[in-house]
Amino acid sequence: MKDLKTLIARRKFLDLLFAIVGLLALMVGVFTLLALIIDLALDGMSRLSLSFFFSYPSRFPEEAGILSAWVGTILVMFVTATTAVPLGIASGIYLEEYAPKNWFTDIIEINIANLAGVPSIIYGLMALGLFVYKLHLGQSVLTAGLTLGLLILPIVIMATREAIRAIPTSIREAAYAVGATKWQTVQDHVLPYSLGGILTGVIIGLSRAIGESAPLLTIGALTFIAFLPDPPLQTHFPFFSFEWLLSPFTVLPIQMFNWVSRPQAAFHLNAAAAGLVLLVMTLTMNGVAIYVRYLFRKRIQW
Amino acid sequence: MKTKMMSKILTLTLGLVSLSLSTTTIWAGPVIKIDGSSTVYPITEAMAEEFQKSKGGAVKVTVGISGTGGGFKKFCRGETDISDASRPILKKEMEDCYLQGIKYIELPIAYDALTVMVNPQNSWVTSMTMAELKRIWAPESQGQVLKWNQVRPEWPTEPLKLYGPGSDSGTFDYFTEAAVGKAKASRGDYTASEDDNVLVQGIANDKGALGYFGFAYYIENKDKLKAVAIDGGKGPVLPSPQTVENGAYQPLSRPIFIYVSTQAINKPEVKEFVEFYLKNAPTLVPQVKYVPLPPAAYAADLGRFQNKKVGTAFSGVEAVGLKVEEILKREPKL
Repeated sequence: MKDLKTLIARRKFLDLLFAIVGLLALMVGVFTLLALIIDLALDGMSRLSLSFFFSYPSRFPEEAGILSAWVGTILVMFVTATTAVPLGIASGIYLEEYAPKNWFTDIIEINIANLAGVPSIIYGLMALGLFVYKLHLGQSVLTAGLTLGLLILPIVIMATREAIRAIPTSIREAAYAVGATKWQTVQDHVLPYSLGGILTGVIIGLSRAIGESAPLLTIGALTFIAFLPDPPLQTHFPFFSFEWLLSPFTVLPIQMFNWVSRPQAAFHLNAAAAGLVLLVMTLTMNGVAIYVRYLFRKRIQW
Repeated sequence: MKTKMMSKILTLTLGLVSLSLSTTTIWAGPVIKIDGSSTVYPITEAMAEEFQKSKGGAVKVTVGISGTGGGFKKFCRGETDISDASRPILKKEMEDCYLQGIKYIELPIAYDALTVMVNPQNSWVTSMTMAELKRIWAPESQGQVLKWNQVRPEWPTEPLKLYGPGSDSGTFDYFTEAAVGKAKASRGDYTASEDDNVLVQGIANDKGALGYFGFAYYIENKDKLKAVAIDGGKGPVLPSPQTVENGAYQPLSRPIFIYVSTQAINKPEVKEFVEFYLKNAPTLVPQVKYVPLPPAAYAADLGRFQNKKVGTAFSGVEAVGLKVEEILKREPKL
């Protein structure tokens, strides 16, 4: 009887020990992020002001701002989303719902899994060869958006497949039972139910793309841009313009990279402030992803 | 049915791409494209900033940092209008430009002083001769010269730790040419970084450190670093705007350049920008901690530019210790 008690006590102790080890392991990640944010905030906070957001880069650190960088980031993300989302969702639906199970599909699946692990700089080299030199798109918003779009395409495809796979087969069978075609089933049931998961994947993909600088430096993104791309809406006929797509650009990570390599310590503060802005943008996007997932989960009633 | 959907998506994507491609032909407002050396970048950036302000945003100027070599690659492919260079154009690059039919005007625009630095706690070094620098940096010294007393016997047996720019940099090319006698000839066992701030941190935290980089990084970090006076044969001289301008700080002060493509000069905005550059250099160059050329040199530059004197005065080889007046007196050749 006494043996049993000590045995139980020992196991409970081991249990507690593992909980503590697990908590410590978790804290490593949390504290690193927290330390990073606090460090950036302490350095950069003093530079955060309205004029920092609405000034162009300058040789005077206290006058320099991130206007062209954050506008560039948003435009590039827009192009990235408009290319990666339709392509990724379509590919995901095809692979899950339509593709026959054969060696060809297997090869595609292996390739997509591999693509997700390819270092981002490789995408940059590919983009330099294809978009910049072959298609003559130049170092433009379009090139950057397409490059990052390709980068997150595997992530979007994977997320789409995961989300679609989570839908019970009985839903599809019910649709077929009342005579729906495959596309009708996908359109009216599979897609709406999996949209929460897909959107989460898309936003997580985008929040990876937003911090990328390696592929953009490879395509030759420029560092000093003190103007904005042409506005997409215009006052004269035909009232909209796609010229911004071919405009030179800069993005937040590149602006940071530039400031960090400057001799003056005041520029390093600007880099910290820009880093803080980027971090807040990424965290906001992840927050939106969580909220979207919650909204869609709430809507599904099976 | 399945393929139909995919082909629709494909057509749509291709359509979007071609639509945006067709807009290439109509470009709103002129753009001046500049790329090249990170050493020249702060000067060109200041010029671009002021020029855009003066034009009220009617002309756009972009400045990139690809390094002197990377900049010339783009320049000789006709991708940029102006190339920033911290050394003269080399033979290989001249050939590339020739093959593409790119002609250029070479304009020295400022001086940079390569500064040799040690840790502030280093009490024994105040000056060094070029021969001692050669002894430290020559390829043969790799793994051999590891202590300060091997450089000069009266110095302590403190370990000697070296810091310098990576081999892609124009600063590296010039320093090796000046100190060792052959461009790119250097020992390899030193901490190399393209980011000069890494070198600043390294030297500032290491008592036995010695390193070299551009004057602008030294002047911004004066409290963390100690500059070494260089004896080029006429006694030790510390780098400063005065000693660079009067030619006393030799051979480690060097002119830096911009190269303007003759195709680009036909664009009025590029011509205007280069003239703006030369006119404002005496005021803007010191602001970004570089040493301006004498006024006569800018006047000579302007003459060279307006008379479209194409080519280089260096015939593709690095030259050390030249005064800008001598460079401008030479007839440039393609």
